[in-house]
Amino acid sequence: MHELSIATSILEIIKEEAARHNATRVTKIKVAAGALTAVVPESLAFCFGICSRGTLAEGAVLECEVRPVMARCDGCGREFAVEGWSFLCPRCGSSRTRMVSGQELYVDSFEVEQGCG
Amino acid sequence: MEIGLRREVLGANAAVAAQIRAGLQQSGAFCINLISSPGAGKTTLLERTCELLKDRVKIRVIEGDISTELDAERVRRHGIPACQVNTLGGCHLDAPMIRLALEQLGPVGAPLGTEPAASPPGTEPGPELLIIENVGNLVCPADFDLGEDAKVVVLSIPEGDDKPLKYPAAFRRAGVVLLNKMDLLPFSRYDLPKVREDLAKLNPGAAVFEVSAFTGEGLDNWTQWLMDQVMKKWDASRSERTPGRSPGR
Repeated sequence: MHELSIATSILEIIKEEAARHNATRVTKIKVAAGALTAVVPESLAFCFGICSRGTLAEGAVLECEVRPVMARCDGCGREFAVEGWSFLCPRCGSSRTRMVSGQELYVDSFEVEQGCG
Repeated sequence: MEIGLRREVLGANAAVAAQIRAGLQQSGAFCINLISSPGAGKTTLLERTCELLKDRVKIRVIEGDISTELDAERVRRHGIPACQVNTLGGCHLDAPMIRLALEQLGPVGAPLGTEPAASPPGTEPGPELLIIENVGNLVCPADFDLGEDAKVVVLSIPEGDDKPLKYPAAFRRAGVVLLNKMDLLPFSRYDLPKVREDLAKLNPGAAVFEVSAFTGEGLDNWTQWLMDQVMKKWDASRSERTPGRSPGR
């Protein structure tokens, strides 16, 4: 159930950023999660709904976009989507590849209502 | 109004992990983060590893569990300083917990609770191994950087041969995979070549050792790998501390 600790971390970030932007209410949060993080968007939204109760993010919609795992081959330079968890280059078969995306986990943006003055 | 952020969700943990890593870099201590599901044999492996290496290198242990001091007590019986972290329900260790545990264990290279300046003779800094045993869980511990040099993932035969693909994050991020309880292989339908093949695709860079903490089989290869890393890091930290000759002389 790692979504709960991730939801808590997102809430901390949102509270801090909301204060910085004089927001009175947060209505939407967009999160990007690489497929390797194994974040389940529905679980994350559920956990966020619970831990944000009584905060200015209560009721906010949490959208989580799962991004594919991509790798690049050091041998032939081919960039490819990792399928079946094989990081071997589909063109030249090399095992010298590196992950270029798919383990990211960040708050991309959020939508707020701001107080006047 | 939409506000762009692009802030790392686990950024606060990553910042503390970076501090821990910098501290270990300075002292030259090599640190592993032991990860597996419950019952894979992490603690028994850790005890056997300590027994085999304790005369060759200083070892300290941080034990993570949801509750009880049982594992730290097991380690202390071998004469190894150990600090127990109870997560009180939490399913993984995080970097702030490790920072606290390191404060309790005392500075690297000195006995428990002493300042480096007060170290009695014979406790001067030397090669050191810090072993962190994470909470038994193959999911969350993979996400939280503790400042370690390598994640060591233990997979035991009775758990089944499908685990690397079911828990790809843990196995992808592993520096070492220990296939434990090899003595049980004849009694199971475990497809060892398939596990080897899956690991070679998922994480070609990982070192894989077949071991049995119970019989001792294969432990020499694992401890040799570990000692090589410990000495490599210690030598590198010493050469950093020794002022090099300036170019042109």
